[in-house]
Amino acid sequence: MTYAQPKNLDEALGLLAEESWSILAGGTDFYPSVLERPMPSRVMDIHALEELRPISVEDSHVRIGAGATWSDLIDAQLPPAFDALKLAAAEVGSVQIQNRATVVGNLCNASPAADGVPPLLILDAAVELVSHAGIRTLPLQEFTLGNRRTARASNEMVSGLLVPQQSVQGQSTFLKLGARKYLVISISMVAGRMVIDHKGVIEDVALSVGSCSLVAQRLTDLEAALTGQVASKDLGSLVSTRHLESLAPIDDVRSTIAYRMDASLELIRRCVNTLGSTPA
Amino acid sequence: MTLLTVNGKQVELNAHPLERLSDVLRGALELTGTKVGCNTGDCGACTVLLDGKAVCSCLTPVGQTNGCKVETVEGLDTDGSLSQLQRSFLHFGAAQCGICTPGMLMAAKALLADTPRPSQDQVEQALSGVLCRCTGYRKIVQAVMEATQFVDTQTAPAIGHNVGAALRHVDGEPKVTGELRYGADTVPANALSLRVLRSPHHAAVFEFGDIEAFVRTTEGIECVLTAKDIPGLNCFGVIPPFADQPVFADKNARFRGEAIAAIVGDPQTIAALDLSTFPIQWYPQDAVLEPHEAMQADALLLHKLRDENILIRGLVERGDAELALQSCTHTAMVSSSTPFIEHGYIEPEAGYARRVGDRLEIFGCTQATHMDREEVAQIMGLALDAVRVMPSACGGGFGSKIDVSFQPYIALAAWVTGKPVTICYTRPESMRSTTKRHPSDITLSVGCDDSGTITAFDFHGIFNTGAYASWGPTVANRVPVHASGPYFIPNYRARSVAVHTNTPPAGAFRGFGVPQSAIAQECAFDELAEKVGMDRLDFRLHNALRNGQSTVTGQVFSAGVGIVECLEALRNAWHGALERAKQFNATTNGSGIRKGVGLATCWYGCGNTSLPNPSTIRFGIKASGELVLHQGAMDIGQGSNTVITQIAADALGVSALEIVRIDGDTDLTPDCGKTSASRQTFITGSAAKLAGEALRAMLLRKANVGADARLVFKEQSIELQGGGQSVTLDLKSLPTNEHGYVFMAQETYDPVTQALDEKGQGVPYALYGYGAQIMELSVDTRLGTVKLNHITTAHDVGRAINPLLVEGQIEGGVAQGVGMALMEDYRPGMTENLHDYLMPTIGDMPQFTNIIVEVSDPEGPYGAKGLGEHVLIPTAPAILNAIRHATGACIRDLPATPDKVLAAIQALPEAS
Repeated sequence: MTYAQPKNLDEALGLLAEESWSILAGGTDFYPSVLERPMPSRVMDIHALEELRPISVEDSHVRIGAGATWSDLIDAQLPPAFDALKLAAAEVGSVQIQNRATVVGNLCNASPAADGVPPLLILDAAVELVSHAGIRTLPLQEFTLGNRRTARASNEMVSGLLVPQQSVQGQSTFLKLGARKYLVISISMVAGRMVIDHKGVIEDVALSVGSCSLVAQRLTDLEAALTGQVASKDLGSLVSTRHLESLAPIDDVRSTIAYRMDASLELIRRCVNTLGSTPA
Repeated sequence: MTLLTVNGKQVELNAHPLERLSDVLRGALELTGTKVGCNTGDCGACTVLLDGKAVCSCLTPVGQTNGCKVETVEGLDTDGSLSQLQRSFLHFGAAQCGICTPGMLMAAKALLADTPRPSQDQVEQALSGVLCRCTGYRKIVQAVMEATQFVDTQTAPAIGHNVGAALRHVDGEPKVTGELRYGADTVPANALSLRVLRSPHHAAVFEFGDIEAFVRTTEGIECVLTAKDIPGLNCFGVIPPFADQPVFADKNARFRGEAIAAIVGDPQTIAALDLSTFPIQWYPQDAVLEPHEAMQADALLLHKLRDENILIRGLVERGDAELALQSCTHTAMVSSSTPFIEHGYIEPEAGYARRVGDRLEIFGCTQATHMDREEVAQIMGLALDAVRVMPSACGGGFGSKIDVSFQPYIALAAWVTGKPVTICYTRPESMRSTTKRHPSDITLSVGCDDSGTITAFDFHGIFNTGAYASWGPTVANRVPVHASGPYFIPNYRARSVAVHTNTPPAGAFRGFGVPQSAIAQECAFDELAEKVGMDRLDFRLHNALRNGQSTVTGQVFSAGVGIVECLEALRNAWHGALERAKQFNATTNGSGIRKGVGLATCWYGCGNTSLPNPSTIRFGIKASGELVLHQGAMDIGQGSNTVITQIAADALGVSALEIVRIDGDTDLTPDCGKTSASRQTFITGSAAKLAGEALRAMLLRKANVGADARLVFKEQSIELQGGGQSVTLDLKSLPTNEHGYVFMAQETYDPVTQALDEKGQGVPYALYGYGAQIMELSVDTRLGTVKLNHITTAHDVGRAINPLLVEGQIEGGVAQGVGMALMEDYRPGMTENLHDYLMPTIGDMPQFTNIIVEVSDPEGPYGAKGLGEHVLIPTAPAILNAIRHATGACIRDLPATPDKVLAAIQALPEAS
């Protein structure tokens, strides 16, 4: 087994240009993956890349560096549009996991139940990929391809997430449903962000559902239906099952298809009710 | 080279950067206070502070800790005196088995650094990443909330008042310092390590390839052991007439996880071993996973002499239940089912064995030292006294660690290689291969007359006993005896059957099948009470068993039946809870939340069913004046080290804190039987009482003083004071016996029982314990989620030898009942880890009010009854009855996960 701990990004990209590596950041997905299984043949530990650690608010976007942990995110001063992501952060595993696991690692692991994806979808987050050849950014929907599959090429690494300033607007919230209080993989989860104008009319709304399809989804039909409506605590009554037609949940040890659909509908209603009644 | 600071000391490490920090702490740095329960971040036992932040050390590459500050449990005390937090854990009884304690303490330390007076929510949030299977979490929360302000008040109990004192665990201190040695914490020098190759298929035939070539060509492998290497019997099983499980399967694997071979080598090689390179060819076969398939006439037999795959049937019958049902005014019929349930102790099976001359020594976690010795001797073809079992601390057991698991493999390997051999199961290995709670499929009809008097009860239970017998016969026998609950039922029939399938062996798990049967019984009673129009508590009181009435096996107790007292103790709480629920539900404002209250009861016979199960206690005084109690009852966290010492102390007339204990070692302690069947307080406690009394009588006789003399132990002498005089026994002038004692008593107690006849009539137990619980909960009727608000428990323990420990047992048992009711579901191949198999976290528990009921039993020591298993029995049915009360939805197939609860609510007539 070959191990490398590059000291800076250039060194890391140089190594990636030569061979493919399993990338290790916080280790919270890496170690479970090697329990009762052999180590991968090449492991690159990117923990020392301090330049990837910051979360920064820039003119055009908010950047979440690839080294930022969930705890870093919880501690960061960010506008209410990030509340959903912070609520999700507080439900990623446990405090012990949040202190080590990175936000970007959660996306790279690409579980259908990744807690980070729904709240990042409503922020229109883009994934920044770097390689020796340069930088490209992909919308999150195009980065996550399926269960444990991403668009990262073997010579690339994710350097960070970019949330455009035009999406850092409004209030947001996140609801996670599982069969126990803590340390739980969700049965369904919903994130929502809503911008209400001074007349109380919904100017913009973003909604997403996770754990109910291979990749978490935005509910674009429902977003269109809600935009222009008067915000209220009863917005949920406008949500119906047809808005969930794009979801494709499965039966598994955690739940049934029927339940995931029913529960998601209820969670979305609660989400929009909350957002509709939150003062701007 | 990694440089880091551990507990204030700089250390240099040559570890590979990808080594887990936990392995480095426990290995090179010998800081075994940090425990490993899963290696996947699911249990949190390995929590340490990294630069002040709580992390799972099992997920932290040591290469990322360069220049960091690491704090472990060993760094908590200052100058050898316990920190306030550690003392708080002892004071509140927050450490039972102690395996999660270091993780809990470190998570708490991170919280208290910023928040010295945390709220309950803050504590729960901060500790939510650490699982505990023993305590039910409440005492841990309390210990952390109060850590910076509680006043340490413990004093030695007064002579004659040890029994009844809320004494702390007498063995608690090394649990909070991390010094206590569990199965994986001692590695002898030059030890080899061992891994077991297991079947990946539910059923398969296999052929080995060239094993010799594998050993020859794989560097670091010492040997591979298979069925042909076993010198004695390739067979074990806790009930000898039914023993059927091979140490290594021979050509034919009957369940996923069954052992096939053991690979022995140097620890690095074994740790890195890729088992997929092992030379074996598998031929998967059709498997039967469900009893109803296994009982079909054309089903393949797992064991050729067991027709229809039936291991055993059980029956208790009294009167004519079928006939009586026909004349009942009201009847209720309930069908219920439960899945496999994993014990979920946080300590995986671990230990070491070594050969010492012509003897074998086995160190590791267990609930039954002497049974382990018998099994290993038989497998190894050795005489019983050629095997010594030295138990490590046991990080939870709950029944599974009664059966041998790892012991035969390391025993054989140590014998063959002549070197010490260690083993530590991975979490998935532990879950796949060890016993589980029996899945059940139950149908029950109960009927009563128009006054609500139960007249007929007809029960049938099918229990999936897995691939091997284990404790299947015990479940099949215990269930028909207990299925009535603590009620008087004149016409009774309870039939049970244990059926083999290609699944893990189902064995002993807190309650031996009774928690499963109580679900059907208690749910049926609620339905019947409703049909009669009686209050549910009154209905139970009306039918409750009383002294002088016959149990369903025809046994009549003249004293000690305590169920009426338990129910009466709950009356106020019951009416208060019903009123609260009613008011909430009347004012609910479209939230979809409904509150409900459920009640359920239990009884449970203490000790083996109609079989001898003696305990023997040795109690001696050395010439030095040291008072030594040989206490062989395995303390697996429940507290037998403390309780037995308290009983012995009062019987002798000393303070419990004056007694030195020798625990468990089969060379040093007489047999106290297994820690099982809620028998230790009752049976070993009775032996301790007899031994203490005998020792006292000996001293009084020698000094020729009166019965009320006070004993004062001094350096090399004992002073006996009483009746205005004082006599000193000079110990060093007296001869010592072969055990090195000047005075010694050894006493045995075995409860009197009587065999059950073909209709299950007889005296199965010398005594029963009783209890009842009320659960208050809220159901979110749109999501099907259940929030437990409050539980009020009333358990009749006869006499609370130690009220603090009684509460610990109640809260821990309730936690397991909560898991059984709401989330636990072991499925071979699907939920073999602690994130897919869900057990309650710190946030899933209700608030507790515990009422200790003491209806003295003439047979128990100082009137005491057993408690350990009773506490889990009422919880699940109380939850199901509360869900029904809240919503009308009847959940009878466990667990009541949100999908099932919502589906049941949607299926209600008024919903459509």
